[in-house]
Amino acid sequence: MLVESPPQTSAEPIAAAQPSRRNSIRALGLFAAVGVLLLICVLSIMVGAKEVPLGEVWHGLFQNDGTGNDVIIRDLRVPRTLLGLLVGIALGLSGAVMQALTRNPLAEPGLLGVNAGASAAVVTAISFFGVTSITGYVWFAFLGAAVVSVAVYVLGGSRGATPVRLALAGTAATAALYGYVNAVQLLDAAALDRIRFWTVGSLATANMETVRNVTPFIVAGVVLALLICRPLNAMELGEDTARALGADLNRTRVLAMLAVTLLCGAATAACGPIVFIGLMVPYLVRAITGPDMRWILPYAAVLSPVLLLGSDVLGRVVTRPSELQVGIVTALVGGPVFIHLVRRKRMAQL
Amino acid sequence: MTATQPSPAPEAPARRPAPSTRTVKAVRTAGGLSLRIEPRAALSALLLLAVILAVSVVLIGSGDFPIAPADVVATLLGNGTAAQEFVVQHLRMPRVLVAILVGAALGISGAVFQSVSRNPLGSPDVIGFGQGATVGALTVIVLFQGSAADVAGGAAVGGLVTGAAIYLLAWKRGVHGFRLVLIGIGVAAILTAVIHYLLTMAKLEDATRAVVWMTGSLDGRDWAEFRPLLNVCAVLIPLVLALGRPLRMLEMGDDAAYALGVRVERTRIVLMASAVVLVSVAAAAAGPITFVALSAPQLARRLTRSPGPGLGASALMGAALLLVADWTASNAFGERELPVGVVTGVVGGVYLLWLLVTERKAGRI
Repeated sequence: MLVESPPQTSAEPIAAAQPSRRNSIRALGLFAAVGVLLLICVLSIMVGAKEVPLGEVWHGLFQNDGTGNDVIIRDLRVPRTLLGLLVGIALGLSGAVMQALTRNPLAEPGLLGVNAGASAAVVTAISFFGVTSITGYVWFAFLGAAVVSVAVYVLGGSRGATPVRLALAGTAATAALYGYVNAVQLLDAAALDRIRFWTVGSLATANMETVRNVTPFIVAGVVLALLICRPLNAMELGEDTARALGADLNRTRVLAMLAVTLLCGAATAACGPIVFIGLMVPYLVRAITGPDMRWILPYAAVLSPVLLLGSDVLGRVVTRPSELQVGIVTALVGGPVFIHLVRRKRMAQL
Repeated sequence: MTATQPSPAPEAPARRPAPSTRTVKAVRTAGGLSLRIEPRAALSALLLLAVILAVSVVLIGSGDFPIAPADVVATLLGNGTAAQEFVVQHLRMPRVLVAILVGAALGISGAVFQSVSRNPLGSPDVIGFGQGATVGALTVIVLFQGSAADVAGGAAVGGLVTGAAIYLLAWKRGVHGFRLVLIGIGVAAILTAVIHYLLTMAKLEDATRAVVWMTGSLDGRDWAEFRPLLNVCAVLIPLVLALGRPLRMLEMGDDAAYALGVRVERTRIVLMASAVVLVSVAAAAAGPITFVALSAPQLARRLTRSPGPGLGASALMGAALLLVADWTASNAFGERELPVGVVTGVVGGVYLLWLLVTERKAGRI
């Protein structure tokens, strides 16, 4: 997995003229990003239908004694922020891994139907098997995410794939799966009432139980993704070069799909399908760090929750006193970024 | 390819070698006019027409007040009883006619978009036009609680605005298939978010109505829905059919088409605008029925085995598909009548898998 091949390490000083200086700049940038993330977390705890002043945030977090604001912080805002953090990390990393794996800047779990697969499986669980708790349907979500990610990758992403083919395969799969979800909602009015909020992608129903249940899966996915960043680096050079550099292609593919499945399945089970986070963040990160996955993944892990929590906070503010679900905000923000990306890139680069 | 030479087509620099079994006949009149006819395509078209007529008769005959097929034909010819006359004329006839026109409109516009995007998945319901119509209709349902006619108007406007927006966003010294598809996918994702937003802010009864509309249904369609649909189809379907030959040349690439005398961008914009209008009025009449536009052109192509977009056959195939789906939806599930969109959606999902597998082997997607 972690290729410890001497040729590669000895080649690095030649490739990068001043690696130590560039790396320290990148590390500094990462610290700054963590700072921004902390700021957003505090903001996410403060902002909402009822504003909590900064001083009371501290009070609520560390000296909880059951006053009104303390309850809001403990029971509503903290779980919501933690879940946003976890889901953001999961979506950003899975997007970065998918883009590296398919060598395609438009690859994204939302766009490629992975989240839709998880949704369809969860809707099946809710409507046909009467599953009501996340501990039950997270497994269905994994199954749906795994089946669709493998199907779309095999059908649209392997040999001779173009971004158009991959995106179309994913979108068509999404259309079919949502058609199924719609049909289920139509036949089961009670399910419609529950599902219509869940299928949007929202953090509003977060609680500590959900957070506890998805944490192990997301942590496992993150570890897996970080472990394969070297072979992924090699694979971005093309299959032949990667093989020559000693990367095990099939093992990397399987592990990468496993990581994507764990991350997307858990994220979707926790808060419904959320699109475009996995597209936008790696794209922005690439502009900062360059193509090295060893920097892209940590940056994506820090900046994705910034974007997700930022969207969530924005959604709480714009339509007061009601809320705009975070999945809607990310789509409204991410769609134009995607269109810009398509218009800017030349076909040859895509 | 064979714009000036009649049969048999000389070995054009085409990819596939002309199969020896393929016969293309030309009919010539004394006045110097000639018409190319492919026997297999003509036969397929006749077959599809027969299917459409047969299923229509069965559909008109089935329901709470069953009528035998012979009586249906008699009633249509004006020899039925008063009760049969009423049921056929006022209840079932408009529904079947709406199904035929909606299916034909979806089939032909699917053929246009798949040809322009040069991809068998580039159908209007995948690349954003269906979602545009849905946003328009849902806005009317959720925000204004409008009548059925208002909803239809909203759908038409939504589809047209979306079509114009996608075209303008994809424009960059001409519109190319890949950019159209990707921009369409991006717009579709944004519009899906808007649809979800409208659904969550709706009251439950409006939400139910919206979901029914989104699935696509032919229930209770009457002459009021049929007439505007007929007017649009009567103008646009012949127009699109007339542009079939330039469209076929466009498939060879803009440069080759230009060299053969096709006004590339103008032809494309006329065809795409017509297709968008057809999709929008179809959605206005019956909701965004999925997968007919995706599958009809491909099935038609396999049936006729002719190269090129096969617009006429796609229209017939779309009508036949929708009629069969409607019969299945209202009869195959016992007492329960499902909206036709559920059937087309499920069939479409299966079809999609098959398409991905076979087309991938051939490397065409």
